[in-house]
Amino acid sequence: MTVAQNLAATSPPAPRQRFRFTPAALIWPAMLYLILTTQVPFFMTLYYSLFRYNLVDPTNRPFVGLGNYISLLTDASNLRIVLNTLVLAGGTLTVTLILGGSLAMLLNRNFPGRTLLRTLMISSFLVMPIVTAVVWKNMLLNPVFGFFSWVVSSLGGVPVDWLAQFPMASVIAMIAWEWTPFAMLILLTGLQSLPEDQLEAVRLDGASPWQEFRYVVLPHWTQAIQVVVLMETIALLQVYGEIYGSTSGGPGVATTNLPYFIYQKAFAEYNIGLASAAGVLTVILTNILAVYLLRMINRTLAHNKGD
Amino acid sequence: MTAVPTTPSPVAPPPAKRSSAAARTRVQNIVLTTITYIIAISFLFPLVWMMMAAFKTEAQAFAVPPVFSFTPITDNFQRALPSYFPALVNSLIAAIGSTLLAFVLGLPAAFALAVYPTKRAQNTLTWMLSTKMMPAVGVIVPLFLLYKSLGLLDTRLGLILMYTTMNLPLVVWMMHSYLTEIPYAIYEAAKIDGASVSQEFFRIALPLSMPGVSATALLCLIFAWNEVFFALNLTTSDAAPLSVYIGSFKTSMGLFWAQLSAAATLTVLPVLIFGWVAQRQLVRGLSLGAVK
Repeated sequence: MTVAQNLAATSPPAPRQRFRFTPAALIWPAMLYLILTTQVPFFMTLYYSLFRYNLVDPTNRPFVGLGNYISLLTDASNLRIVLNTLVLAGGTLTVTLILGGSLAMLLNRNFPGRTLLRTLMISSFLVMPIVTAVVWKNMLLNPVFGFFSWVVSSLGGVPVDWLAQFPMASVIAMIAWEWTPFAMLILLTGLQSLPEDQLEAVRLDGASPWQEFRYVVLPHWTQAIQVVVLMETIALLQVYGEIYGSTSGGPGVATTNLPYFIYQKAFAEYNIGLASAAGVLTVILTNILAVYLLRMINRTLAHNKGD
Repeated sequence: MTAVPTTPSPVAPPPAKRSSAAARTRVQNIVLTTITYIIAISFLFPLVWMMMAAFKTEAQAFAVPPVFSFTPITDNFQRALPSYFPALVNSLIAAIGSTLLAFVLGLPAAFALAVYPTKRAQNTLTWMLSTKMMPAVGVIVPLFLLYKSLGLLDTRLGLILMYTTMNLPLVVWMMHSYLTEIPYAIYEAAKIDGASVSQEFFRIALPLSMPGVSATALLCLIFAWNEVFFALNLTTSDAAPLSVYIGSFKTSMGLFWAQLSAAATLTVLPVLIFGWVAQRQLVRGLSLGAVK
């Protein structure tokens, strides 16, 4: 605060008239910073993606046009990576929507301890992804000493090597554990703004719980559901830490998604060209969703302003 | 909770229909509450299990069948501390440094966009937000090469610069939404009194948006603290933050579950406490203001 007062006191209008804080001058530093750190590197990525460029032999850098993209989308093993990315994001999104939605409805009721539960339930979303990965991999999913194996064998089953036998399902479960609280939180907030009298009115009209859900809750929920779908998908296309910390993309390439693939190509094989092409592909996938998200957010905010 | 009538008593006199319906809803309520608690407890279990292991001996942490009751020890924390501490310092510097820089750059921009909106203001805001959706993998390759030639690899400054990029759009967007909530009449009154732009900023906007500042800063700190991708690809040892340190447990140190749990507990706890306290602001920030 003292800085502020000094600044105000030591800047009498007379000598500084030539350089005043105009609104535009306040916006430009932020704009410039974002252009320099996001747009410029992205165009460099785009540029690299058109070359066969390996850091092992950096001087030999022939232009290959769309060659890297074609290899990415036609080579069977590369195509698998693209599919993995979509399965991982789609699977996790589905699980979190169902679980998060059910939890939101359960927590929207009146019961002892609900404030405490609501607060505690966000915990797994706040956990650093790599902690989640390392703890799940070792202490829960380990085939010999892991907790889940003990549960299975004490129920009379055969211990399972989760990450080897069901790698994708295990990774989805792990990431869904992180993201369900996010879905729950947004959906619960959406649910709370539903006027109670609307529900009472349809109940008096003799609506069944399903009709109540289908015709009152669901239409009101669309907004929150859209937010969850778009934001989660954008985030889930970029999952990295969870895979790095648990399966390292394996076994084979069973859990390698685009971000992990880019990491391997760029930092293990020094294949800058192919890694860049995969980077551009991820950006395109994400941006398709981002356009919808931004449009929706802008619409909502404009609508709120009109109220 | 104690007097649980599991079966609606059929001996109820005349208004039997109504009371049995009430009993049914009560039973239904108890069932639903129980389900809620079961799901909640299973969700929290991995965290609780980790925190319990932090106070076990290594043998107890590995034990099959799992050990649920034990004498808590603090050895793991002491053992983890020497390697944990440098990573903690790096994480703190990266998180706090990037949050400060994001505010220095973002708050004036948010102020200008909120108080002096031009026709392009909304487009500018949307464009800034769109940079947040740029996947890190879309920039990492040139960034890595650039950092290498500038000597920024494995430095705290290098981390701060990228975390600022990550948080700057959030600061502008969130602070814009908080600043537009300040009644415009206050600025008008100040203008009539001859206040300059900087006086409006420091005397009106900043003090009145303090709750927004702290909520947004909290989000920035959490995001920077939990960031993994840039940390793993731009640092190795000197500037390695906690995410890289915990990542090292995946292989070589992965055999020390109790020590891992102690380090992980220390890493996770501050964020948990922040998040629990600021839950309401968290929703607003996470949904970018679309859900309040």
